[in-house]
Amino acid sequence: MGDQSAIDIRGVAKSFAQTTVLHDITLEIRDGEFFTMLGPSGSGKTTLLRMVAGFESPDAGTIRLHGDDVTQRPAHLRPVNTVFQDYALFPHMDVVTNVEYGLRVAGVGREERRRKAEAALALVRLEGFAGRRPAQLSGGQRQRVALARAIVNEPSVLLLDEPLGALDLKLRQEMQTELKAIQRRIGITFLYVTHDQEEAMAMSDRIAIMNQGVIEQVGSPQEVYELPATAFVASFVGTSNVIVRRGRTQSLRPERLLLLGPSMIAPDDVTFEWGNVVDVVYLGMVTRIFVGLDGGDDLVAVQTNDGSSTGAPVPRRGDRIRVAWRPEDAFDLETAVV
Amino acid sequence: MRAKAARLGLWLWVIGVLVFLFAPIVTIILFGFDRSVIETWPIRHWTLSWYSVAWHDPQVRSAFVLSLKAAVAATILATILGSMAAFGVHKARFFGRDSISLLLILPLALPGIITGVALNSAFRWAGITLSLWTIIVGHTTFCIVVIYNNVIARLRRTSNTLLEASADLGATGLQTFRFVTLPTIATALVSGALLAFALSFDEVIVTTFTAGAQNTLPIWIFGAIRLGQQLPEVNVVVTLVVILMFIPILIAARLTGSDNFVPRVRATRIAK
Repeated sequence: MGDQSAIDIRGVAKSFAQTTVLHDITLEIRDGEFFTMLGPSGSGKTTLLRMVAGFESPDAGTIRLHGDDVTQRPAHLRPVNTVFQDYALFPHMDVVTNVEYGLRVAGVGREERRRKAEAALALVRLEGFAGRRPAQLSGGQRQRVALARAIVNEPSVLLLDEPLGALDLKLRQEMQTELKAIQRRIGITFLYVTHDQEEAMAMSDRIAIMNQGVIEQVGSPQEVYELPATAFVASFVGTSNVIVRRGRTQSLRPERLLLLGPSMIAPDDVTFEWGNVVDVVYLGMVTRIFVGLDGGDDLVAVQTNDGSSTGAPVPRRGDRIRVAWRPEDAFDLETAVV
Repeated sequence: MRAKAARLGLWLWVIGVLVFLFAPIVTIILFGFDRSVIETWPIRHWTLSWYSVAWHDPQVRSAFVLSLKAAVAATILATILGSMAAFGVHKARFFGRDSISLLLILPLALPGIITGVALNSAFRWAGITLSLWTIIVGHTTFCIVVIYNNVIARLRRTSNTLLEASADLGATGLQTFRFVTLPTIATALVSGALLAFALSFDEVIVTTFTAGAQNTLPIWIFGAIRLGQQLPEVNVVVTLVVILMFIPILIAARLTGSDNFVPRVRATRIAK
C-alpha cells in the first residue's frame, strides 16, 4: 500500500456513564501529516486522542495505525508517543533520564540511549540542560523536554494534547513555528489537539473541526476558513456572520464586507443592506465595526488600518450605513443550526 | 509598635506551650543524674552511676531487645500490608471502598484497651500462646494505619498522567511501578515506617494484653515506676528512649515536610 494512512479511525463511538462523547467517528490521517483536531472543550477531541494513545478504549469501531488494528492493544505496546498537556515529566528524574525513559524500558543500552537522548535534546534546543530537574525548568523548557522525551522513541505517530496551552502568547507563537519545523525535519505524523483555532491554522496540513462528539468538517486551513461546511465551523474558525436569506443559511466573513456611507456609490456587482453602526472597536491593525441591519441581523465587519485604504472614512457609532458584499462571498452552509 | 507587642506576646505564648510540653521530659532527664532514689529539687549529688546500672541491667537489656524486635517486625509487616492496602483502595473502584478505607484507619482511633482486650480474647479463643509474635500482630494493627495514611495521601497527590506517560513510553505495569510509582511514594513510605516504628516501640496498652511473660521496654518502665525502687534508673532508660525516638521522628518530619524534591532544587540553586 503506497500511501497508507498513518491513523485510520472507523466508526468509533464512546460514552461515559450516560453521556455520549463520540458519535461514530471515521477519520483518516495521512502518513507524515500535521493533523489537528480542533474544537471547544467537551467536543470529544481529547477522548479521541486518548483512544489513539490507548488510554481509553472505544465502545465501538476500530483504530488502525499504519494498517495494524490496535483497538484492543494496551498503551505500552502501541508505536505512538504523547506530549501531555501538563507535560507529565517525572519529577524525580533529571532531564536526560526523563528523555531516555522510553529507550530504557525498551532495554536499549546505556550508551546508545544517552546519545539518542542528547540528540533529541539538541533537536529541541535544550543542550546543556541534561542534568537539570523538571522543577528547575521554565514552562517552555519543560514543554521541550516533554517533546524530546516523546520523539526520541521515533514513534510512527506523535500525539500532542494541547501542549502549548500553559504557555504565554509570545512563547506559544514561537513554539508553533518550532513544532512545525521539527515535524518537517523528522517527518513523522503529528496528531495535534487544540481549542485554539489560530494555533490550528498556523501549523496544520489539515484540520478536523469537532463539536459535541461529531466531526463537522475536515480540510486544509484554507478550506475550513473559506468554505466552512456548517454554521458551527463558520463561527468557530475565525469570526463569521451567519445570516439566513431566502431560506438559505449563509456565511459572510467580516473582512469581505464593504461599508458604504450614504454618499458613496455601490459597485455594480454587490448586494447591500441598510443598517446603523452599533459600535466601533479599534484594535490596532484592524478596526471592527458592528452593524445592526434594518432587517434585524447583527453583522461585524473589519477594516484594515493600512493607511492606504479605499479612502473610506471610518464609520462612527450611530451612522447610517450600507453593508455590501459580493454574492459569491456569501455561501451556503450545510446545516441551519445557528 | 502594636504589631511588635503582639509579636512578643505570640512568642511568649509559643514558649509557654513548649515549656508545658517539654518541661516534664527535661525533669526526667535531669533526675537521671541524681544520686538519691528520692527525687527532690534541687539535685544535691550529681552522678552518672545510674547510666552504668541501667546499661548492665539484664532486665533492661532483654526488654530493650524485645521492644526492638517487635517494633522492627511490626514495621516491616505494616509497611507491606499498609502500602498494599493503599494501592488497592487508591486504584480500584469497588462497592464498599470508602468503608474499607474507614475500617483501615479505625485501629488508630480505637482505644488501645479495646484493641488489646479484643486481641487477647481472640488469641485465647484460637489457642495461641502469647509470645513475641502476638505482640507483633498487635502492633501491626495500628502501624498499618500510619503507613496506609501516608502512602494513600501521596498517591492522591501524584498526577495520574505520570503513570499514563510511563505506559505511553512503553513501560509495562511492573516497570512503571519500579521507575515511577515507587520513587514517588518512597519518602512517604520511609517516613510512615519511621513513625510506625516509634509508635510500636513505646506502646504499652495493646502490649499488656498481647505479651506473655516477657516485658517490652515500656512495660518494664511501667512496672519499675510502680515499684518505685529504681526511679533514677527508669529516668536514665527514659532519657535513652527519648534520644533514640527523636532520630526517626526527626527524619520522618523532614521527609514529609520537604515537599518531594524541593530541598535538592534549592541546594543546587544556591550552589550556582
